Amino acid sequence: MDNPSRRRFLVNAAAGGLTVAFHIPFTNYAEAEQKSSEVNAWVVVGEDDTVTIRIARSEMGQGTLTGLAQLVAEELECDWSKVITEYPTPGQNLARQRIWGNFSTGGSRGIRESQDYVRRGGAAARLMLMTAASQAWEVPASELTVSKGVITHQQSGRATTFGKVAFAASKLPVPKDIALKDLKDWKVIGKRLARLDTVDKVNGKQRFGVDIKLPGMLNAAIKDCPVFGGKVLRFDDAAIKERKGVRKVVTVGESAVAVIADTWWQAKTALDAMSIEWDFGAHASASSAAFEKTLDNALFAQDAIIGNKQGDALGRIAASAKQLEAVYSYPHQHHATMEPMNAIARYTPERCEVWTPTQNGEAALAAVAEASGLPASRCEVYKMHLGGGFGRRGAIHDWVRQAVKIAQQLPGIPVKLLWSREEDMLHGRFHPITKCRLTAGLDEKGNLTALHMRIAGQSILAGVAPQNIRDGRDPVVFQGLNAGGGEAMIGYSFPHLLIDHAMRNPHVPPGFWRGVNLNQNAIYLECFIDEVAAATKKDPLSLRLALMDRHPQHRAVLQAVADHVRWAQEIPDVNGMKVFRGLAQTHGFGSYVAACAEISITEGGNLVIHRIVAAIDCGHAVNPQQIEAQIEGSFAFGLSAALLGQCTVKNGQMEQSNFHTYPVLKIHQMPKVESIIMPSGGFWGGVGEPTIAVAAPAVLNAIFAATGIRIRRLPIAGQSLKRI
Amino acid sequence: MVTLKVNGKKHEIDADPETPLLWALREHLDLTGTKYGCGIKACGACTVHIDGQAVRSCLLPVSSIDINQEIVTIEGLSDSTNHPVQKAWIALDVPQCGYCQSGVIMAVAALLKSHPNPTDQEIDEAITNICRCGTYNRIRAAIKVIAQGGDPKLAGLSIQHADGSIA
Repeated sequence: MDNPSRRRFLVNAAAGGLTVAFHIPFTNYAEAEQKSSEVNAWVVVGEDDTVTIRIARSEMGQGTLTGLAQLVAEELECDWSKVITEYPTPGQNLARQRIWGNFSTGGSRGIRESQDYVRRGGAAARLMLMTAASQAWEVPASELTVSKGVITHQQSGRATTFGKVAFAASKLPVPKDIALKDLKDWKVIGKRLARLDTVDKVNGKQRFGVDIKLPGMLNAAIKDCPVFGGKVLRFDDAAIKERKGVRKVVTVGESAVAVIADTWWQAKTALDAMSIEWDFGAHASASSAAFEKTLDNALFAQDAIIGNKQGDALGRIAASAKQLEAVYSYPHQHHATMEPMNAIARYTPERCEVWTPTQNGEAALAAVAEASGLPASRCEVYKMHLGGGFGRRGAIHDWVRQAVKIAQQLPGIPVKLLWSREEDMLHGRFHPITKCRLTAGLDEKGNLTALHMRIAGQSILAGVAPQNIRDGRDPVVFQGLNAGGGEAMIGYSFPHLLIDHAMRNPHVPPGFWRGVNLNQNAIYLECFIDEVAAATKKDPLSLRLALMDRHPQHRAVLQAVADHVRWAQEIPDVNGMKVFRGLAQTHGFGSYVAACAEISITEGGNLVIHRIVAAIDCGHAVNPQQIEAQIEGSFAFGLSAALLGQCTVKNGQMEQSNFHTYPVLKIHQMPKVESIIMPSGGFWGGVGEPTIAVAAPAVLNAIFAATGIRIRRLPIAGQSLKRI
Repeated sequence: MVTLKVNGKKHEIDADPETPLLWALREHLDLTGTKYGCGIKACGACTVHIDGQAVRSCLLPVSSIDINQEIVTIEGLSDSTNHPVQKAWIALDVPQCGYCQSGVIMAVAALLKSHPNPTDQEIDEAITNICRCGTYNRIRAAIKVIAQGGDPKLAGLSIQHADGSIA
């Protein structure tokens, strides 16, 4: 348990503080480590039998270092206790024709999109190590067996280890035709293994981007125009230029001012003491209230793009015996990673290097190249451990561009840019804001015959990757509502269905926020289904199950949750309070999920969430104890948004500046979470995000069961929960 | 010059007296295990011990700390990552990203000193640190493991460690 660090670092402890290796560590493995051989791109074996597994995706808490290493180790047949991990750099990936594939770490894709090729990487390395042993012993490879890094030739009684044959193996060609193990033979995949990266996180040794110190490094604090799209008009640095430690005051692009000093505290306090005048630009008077009116109009606009259509929903609703309508909304949310954005940049006219926590090293490299004006081959990014990502550190590397622009003004000197929490809050890439008008047509018996979902509002792609908007259509908007295609599919069959989107983009820049568009879409659909059940006096579970008869995998997770909580039975009181339940289910990031929330409302109208029961079918479950951790974390994230989260705009700028105005969930608000992991096989689903989406609707439906109150906008805080 | 006693050693620090302890630790003593999260004492990432008490260090000027006050950071909590809180954290794989955990661990270590067997309510009141990854349930489980003597099996997580132990 007290094993030393099982990761290799760029950072080495050294006298007088920390230094960071400027050389890419493993290009010179043979010299640097003297005794390590790169068997193939994924596997490096030391003479001491240490197995270094290369991980292309970024670790930000979700456990991908461990999960991906398990996949490689499964096929490699190495000794798990000797596994460490390391990141290849984006520059190396570029130089080696993207041998490690995609570095992007988002959309819960780490394992599900790379499981095949990383397992093949492990298998290829195993075959090479065994071939090397067979050649040394001059026996057929087919007579060898391998287990825990030991290769054995039974007939002759000989055995060797990976470490002893690694150098010879590294000279062999990488085999092409590779058979993967049958899943019944898995020994590492599916096990509740401890993470590889825990020890250094409990003793202060884990270095995050913010902790890196390079020789001669200076520190920068920055203020970007608080209104998106605004500019710096003028600033006066006379009062701070002579301050101790202050080295330089610079503009960064057109919109930001940075102070560079010996320490960040000096830079930050000097910046705060400076007067800066801004030209707030075109959005100086933008407000959330005004944008809400835009969305209200869009709920009825004619310019909508169709995402899912079956039959003639609008006609059937108009002709139906009874109609039901509700409007829901979802506000902007902030990622609020615990580690604010930061990057170290060192620029010379020949080369630009950046050290930063990023969810996508390749995108960061592209940002460095663009900001520095140097070709990507003369740039490099060293990925540092992330103090949270949640989507903020993946698509847009605005902080990296700033760091490069600052470093360009001090050539040769490494400069660390760290955003203050206030800067981080004001310059987020926010969860998109949308509204949804849902209309149901009911027949005389109360059967749901037609459903229309009109989504109005912000498109992430329009802000992040407008080149992916085709004919005005952002397909990601319909996450969880797709008719088919295998991803993010709606779990119900409606005789007539129309789901359409009227895109309206505010000036607030959007981003992928953990859970993405599944978050609001699951609230819209799952709460409205609950409304239909209530209006037609049907049991919320029975109504759902009846609509899910053609969606057995969606149905299975919901049924599992209902069985676990004994839905049909009376609920015992907790601490003298009556307990009420709410359900929700959805599909996204490749996995089927459902949840039941059990809550009470106190006499004073306060919400108490006793327990969440959640089920996930993620196809294959690589590490169930980490899936449980991801589910618990997902509920913390989803409930934080549901209970407390909202970012608003006034005079063009975000009103929330720190955790006192953007409160987030704390331990006293965290319910017990019971996870049902039910992998059905045959596919690989993500686990980092999907259960976020069922957190809010399950609780909102339980609130209705308890009070008769329908909460249709977030956050719940501030809204009356006293029984009607 | 300011003198601070940190992790048992006295250090002369060439910092403005108004510099918060957090930044003195991070930028002058290279003790980067203590984290900056908010700068307004709202998140707890900067929690250290001063004379055994959990203190948020991000707004505390170094000039306000007496030369003889014992400051302990996460780096000084134990010699070999073997404080009961650290052991429980490892056994139960509490951290996710890990950024907030130094502060959480320092807060928990102080709580368990004053309340060796805290109730849920005492945990709620004392551990007000923010963890955006949402490790709260494992934090609570680990506190209870420690309070009950340190056997991680009590948490029922069945985590298989590389040394063969199961927590």
